[in-house]
Amino acid sequence: MRDLLDVYVQQFKTTLAAQAQYRAALVIWIIGHIVDPVIYLVVWDTVARSSGGSVGTFTTGDFGAYFVLLMLVNHATFTWIMWEYEYRIRHGDLSFALLRPLHPIHADIADNVSFKLITFVFMLPIAAGLAIVFRATLPFIPGTWVVFVPALLFAFIVRFLMEWTLAMAAFWTTRVSAINQIYYVAALFLSGQVAPLSLMPFPIQVVATLLPFRWIISFPVELLPGRLTPGEALTGFAAQAVWLAIGLALLKIVWRAGVRQYSAVGS
Amino acid sequence: MTYLRLLYVFFRIGILGELAYRVNFLVQLFQSLLGLGTALAGLAVIFSHTQELGGWRQDELVTLVGVYLLVGGAINLVIQPSMERLIESVREGTLDFTLTKPEDAQLLVSAQAVQIWKLIDVVLGFGVLIVALIRLRAAVGAWQAAAFGVALLAGGAIVYSFWLILATCSFWFVRVENILVIFQSMYEAGRWPVSLYPPWLRFALTFIVPVAFATTVPAQALTGRLTGQTLSGAVALATVLLVGSRLFWRFGIRYYSGASA
Repeated sequence: MRDLLDVYVQQFKTTLAAQAQYRAALVIWIIGHIVDPVIYLVVWDTVARSSGGSVGTFTTGDFGAYFVLLMLVNHATFTWIMWEYEYRIRHGDLSFALLRPLHPIHADIADNVSFKLITFVFMLPIAAGLAIVFRATLPFIPGTWVVFVPALLFAFIVRFLMEWTLAMAAFWTTRVSAINQIYYVAALFLSGQVAPLSLMPFPIQVVATLLPFRWIISFPVELLPGRLTPGEALTGFAAQAVWLAIGLALLKIVWRAGVRQYSAVGS
Repeated sequence: MTYLRLLYVFFRIGILGELAYRVNFLVQLFQSLLGLGTALAGLAVIFSHTQELGGWRQDELVTLVGVYLLVGGAINLVIQPSMERLIESVREGTLDFTLTKPEDAQLLVSAQAVQIWKLIDVVLGFGVLIVALIRLRAAVGAWQAAAFGVALLAGGAIVYSFWLILATCSFWFVRVENILVIFQSMYEAGRWPVSLYPPWLRFALTFIVPVAFATTVPAQALTGRLTGQTLSGAVALATVLLVGSRLFWRFGIRYYSGASA
């Protein structure tokens, strides 16, 4: 355990230094993550104002808070591994990672976290600015802040495991862009990015509850403003726990099969 | 005439190059259809809660989706790949070979790369447009059709000039392609009428990243919202930018000295 901690600390240092060099990539991801929620916020804000100030249980201020929070949670939990893995395998970079005595996922986690340590310096003031511009109203309920932290943490871990597992599709095919797009479209609708799930048609809500997407993005966003009853919140944590177990198991199985499949180019 | 022939040759090379990878056609077709489905499903969700959005009815916004696909497809078909190659060739010094050719260099660099499968988006966009217009039972008169054509050309010219100006900056700065990626993510905003956005954002989407002229204005023409003032504004801006980007390009070329010189 101590060794693992040392590895993480070292990886943090390395990637912080590396990422400070690729500032343009930081800006690109930040802008990409702002544009989408702002567009849907503008759309729903327009709908709410034209129908007397609210849609369902959402007032214009609620929409503001919802989409700004969604932006932050989505950014906090996102990974870029599904694009990178194919490159790693095609260029044989994975071979080096395999030589290390540690599972390569640890380096990726450290990478991801240090990336966000930098980006959140910019994301938070931007979020605050958007919240002011769109007059977001967030009721302050101390209890929900306490449960928000573990919900976000679990969301991050489950999403990381899932996307890392999906990224391993690159072991078998080089056309991952189609797979990635399917995943992102599903996430768009099932994790509350197009609209809060409670405004979605009922069948979609059912599917969203059964699949992991809701629990990796939308759950913390619904939790913080106190939109969930204690029972619903517990169900959410249970769902996160179940998907965590499934994610871990799948990761292990697919990784084992994938590495067996892998042969570096040129071998 | 020579220009048209040259364009034809570039397209032919693009097609021949891609025909070796025919599965790419199916992958692109799948991804384009998925993108279209996403856009339409998003509209369906929103219009299950409202009758109109900022004064636009659902089928009118479908028209906008059609224009969005059409213009986005055209950008990705030739403008984006050509400009990316231009930036790359400035960095690697291969632009020298282009400059020694006995044709106008701006034309050569503007059509040098073609991602032929992006034609699917263009065709799909056109199809969506027609279906939406039929559903609207819109009597598109000769005037409106002409206005649409002019608005589309002006929008295309504005986007092209914008990309050319940015790509020309690569004579001085090495990492311009990042700005182009940012344009791509801002283009998303063009799927909705710019009148929806708050004033500061509308300003940015009109003049800083000219998405408004590429999608909203042509869609306005088809749905009978376009004023003569906007159209003449778009044409004027297109003319200014075309001339301006041409001048800037020639100024940049004079500065360019080859990678090893």
